[in-house]
Amino acid sequence: MRRQAWGLWALGAAVLLLAALPVPEFWITQLNYIGLSGLAVLGLILLTGIGGLTSFGQAAFVGIGAYTSAWLTVHTGLSPWLTLFIGVGLTAISAVALGWLTLRMSGHYLPLATLAWGLSLYYLMGNLDALGKYDGILDVPGLSLWGWQLGQGRVFFMLTWGLVLLSSVGLLRLLDSRVGRAMRALKTGSQMAESMGVDTLRFKIGIFVLSAMLASVSGWLYAHFQRAVNPSPFSVHAGIEYLFMAVLGGAGHVWGAITGATLTKLMADQLQVLLPRLLGSSGSFETIVFGVLLVLTLKYAPEGIWAFVDRKLPKPPRRIDWQNAAALAQRAKPATGEVVLQARALRKTFGGLLAVNDITFDVRAGQIVGLIGPNGAGKSTTFNLITGVLGLSGGEVIFRGANIGGLPSREIAKRGISRTFQHVKMIADMTVLENVALGAHLRGHKGVASAMLRLDRAEEQALLREAEVQLRRVGMGEQLHELAGNLAMGPQRLLEIARALCNDPALLLLDEPAAGLRHKEKQALIGVLRQLKAEGLSILLVEHDMDLVMDVSDRIVVMEFGTRLIEGTPEEIQASPAVRAAYLGTEH
Amino acid sequence: MDFSIASILLLDGLTNGAVYALLGLATVLVFAVTRVIFIPQGEFVTYGALTLAILQTGQVPGTVWLLMLLALLAALAESLQSWRRHPSLGGATVAGLKVLAPPLAIALVTLWAAPLQFSLLVQAALSVGIVTCFGPLVYRLAYQSLADASSLVLLIVSVGVHFTLTGLGLLFFGAEGFRNPPFWDARFGLGALNLSGQAIIVALACTALMVLLWLFFERTLYGKALRATAVNRLGARLMGISSQSAGQLTLAMAALIGALSGLLIGPTTTVFYDSGFLIGLKGFVAAVIGGLASYPGAALGALLVGVIEAFGSFWASAFKEVIVFTLILPVLLWRSLTSGHSGEEH
Repeated sequence: MRRQAWGLWALGAAVLLLAALPVPEFWITQLNYIGLSGLAVLGLILLTGIGGLTSFGQAAFVGIGAYTSAWLTVHTGLSPWLTLFIGVGLTAISAVALGWLTLRMSGHYLPLATLAWGLSLYYLMGNLDALGKYDGILDVPGLSLWGWQLGQGRVFFMLTWGLVLLSSVGLLRLLDSRVGRAMRALKTGSQMAESMGVDTLRFKIGIFVLSAMLASVSGWLYAHFQRAVNPSPFSVHAGIEYLFMAVLGGAGHVWGAITGATLTKLMADQLQVLLPRLLGSSGSFETIVFGVLLVLTLKYAPEGIWAFVDRKLPKPPRRIDWQNAAALAQRAKPATGEVVLQARALRKTFGGLLAVNDITFDVRAGQIVGLIGPNGAGKSTTFNLITGVLGLSGGEVIFRGANIGGLPSREIAKRGISRTFQHVKMIADMTVLENVALGAHLRGHKGVASAMLRLDRAEEQALLREAEVQLRRVGMGEQLHELAGNLAMGPQRLLEIARALCNDPALLLLDEPAAGLRHKEKQALIGVLRQLKAEGLSILLVEHDMDLVMDVSDRIVVMEFGTRLIEGTPEEIQASPAVRAAYLGTEH
Repeated sequence: MDFSIASILLLDGLTNGAVYALLGLATVLVFAVTRVIFIPQGEFVTYGALTLAILQTGQVPGTVWLLMLLALLAALAESLQSWRRHPSLGGATVAGLKVLAPPLAIALVTLWAAPLQFSLLVQAALSVGIVTCFGPLVYRLAYQSLADASSLVLLIVSVGVHFTLTGLGLLFFGAEGFRNPPFWDARFGLGALNLSGQAIIVALACTALMVLLWLFFERTLYGKALRATAVNRLGARLMGISSQSAGQLTLAMAALIGALSGLLIGPTTTVFYDSGFLIGLKGFVAAVIGGLASYPGAALGALLVGVIEAFGSFWASAFKEVIVFTLILPVLLWRSLTSGHSGEEH
């Protein structure tokens, strides 16, 4: 963190220095254009690299910002400092509408919608008399402060790059916060994030709006820098060029935005001179090179150019500043022996297939209940019915006296049921500690603005402290700063348990936690499960590994062909001829 | 507006809509089999129309040189891959030649035929042949090694291919537009309606192509293999259907459809090097109306797009494109309200 702060001060100083040194005006202008693009690309980094969504409409949002400010300052005489907010507001409204329309559906609809919408906006700008048709709006006033013109040179350069650096810092801070972790979880699919209590639709719309707002600010600067606007820089092709910059620079890194914008601008300048000379005719042939380069980047350097720099940078472990943080409030826990979960005649049909047929069982506080059965018995479906991943076809799930059947996963998480996944779902490029802190999402409340302004630090420390406590609880206290992607299977499973524990659950649901584990890792898992049980937690365990289930369970429910075969203690189950028949078949 | 204007607009809309329908079908097909949102579909349309236009002037279109270049690159890539798997000179050569031979043959024939100015139909066939060859080559070079990447990455690759092909289009065909001669310049008066021969050809060709596509998917092993890949890529692979050849075959079909569409619209509008983008995107709007999954949905959506466009250009010609592309918003609203939240298709 400290080192990063130094880097930022150095960048800020470099901007000031460049403005003060006798750098030729030409380069100041170039840097202004780079900064303007960089701002819009920053938005795409958040959307594409972090959130795993993409948009071709970034240029259209730049256009909304530019046109709003240009029209208002020319026709109503409003101050540009005021029209900035009107433009950003309009942009945000259109982004909310587009996001709300498309983001409930699968990921392809956003880019397609922004493509179509960007095109129609472009033709709208080009054909509306009020916006000056394809000639655009001329004589847009420049920016001034108390009567003093900022001009198009060095002062404007400082303003642009000041905004670029501020936005980059804001984004870096955002990504290292409670909401940032939720945003980074979007890329892995919504199931995991939802079960951590994240409202993924809201977050997707949120990052789309945020990225559009950055574009809008860039458009505002552009309008008052150029002193004129016309539709061509806001076309869909310009939108694709922003995407190109993000991919080339490195969509997963905040600094990829400036890297990509700089490289692209420099390349475009060279190519625009070189290619027409080479090919013997005039035209914007640089798109050929950009297109080929885009494909090559995705093939051979999918993380972009900045990744090569990033690899060389030292990565000191996070400074531990949360020892003195306040402990998070805990929910009231059920008394030992109290019934925590009642599955009442759960039923699920897929078309004509009856996957789960009237399954009934209880889990009491401080108990470990194992749910076993041969492949295809309906264990995972039952699990998904309880966690809200699948809708019930019939029956009730009663958790601590309330029916939770049919609630979405995140509501169920809010009530105190946490889960792990059969196929580990984690964010590979975040540390173990950050991954686990995602589990405490519901126990914090700070939003985007407080994260960017660092007003969330007390809460953040409390969340990280909780994450460390839970990691120590499962015996992973030594791996806090490891990247989750570097872990072996055993620690990955424990990470998921720690993450689930961060939600302060009254009931823990484990989906095949021993799958893929080696003997030693399995022993460690059994130790953790016993200890959690001793601490009063209730656990529902779906598992194939008989040794483990028989070892730790208090009661076992056996399923076969969607129905409950038998329920009892491990001894009763082991003695049951029906269970033996279900697993091994009967002799004839 | 009276009945005669309305019927002219309707006919005009349906004719264009039929072409959008073909493009919409190609979009749905490519997406289903390869998960690629194939933005460059429209470039095949341009390439088809303009290759024919250049052939009409008796010159060799630039697409021929591009075809040879791409074929060479793809052949090299294929040889290299074969060498890595099994280092034998013969095997690598054969693998390369297999990729190189068909496009090279068509390119050479075109080189020979171009100055001889054969009849329109021969030139049209050559144009379709050239453009169809681009399909598998583009798949081989741009998509194949990324076939398992996320659909987001594939989409961005599409954008890159679109940029490249458009830029090359400008290089090959120049900034000026071309209008091709009609295949059949007869006109029929049907009461108030004036039916052009070209409209009849469009209708017939589109219907025939759709029937052929249907037969292909229902009756042939290759068609069934593609459908299997669309349903489950891994499952199809386990059944011995190579997802690589499925991808190449699909793109060949997409390119064929694109080139034919180019020939069909060439005589009715002036085609510029970048016209394909908008035309292709109208096919996209149609595909989205069909939910990117339903062929009849896409076809009906395309007719709707064509008709709305025709009436839009009558009432507010400057806002024709605005109307067509804004149409996608209510469609998405309807889709998102009926489909509900699904976020697990990653």
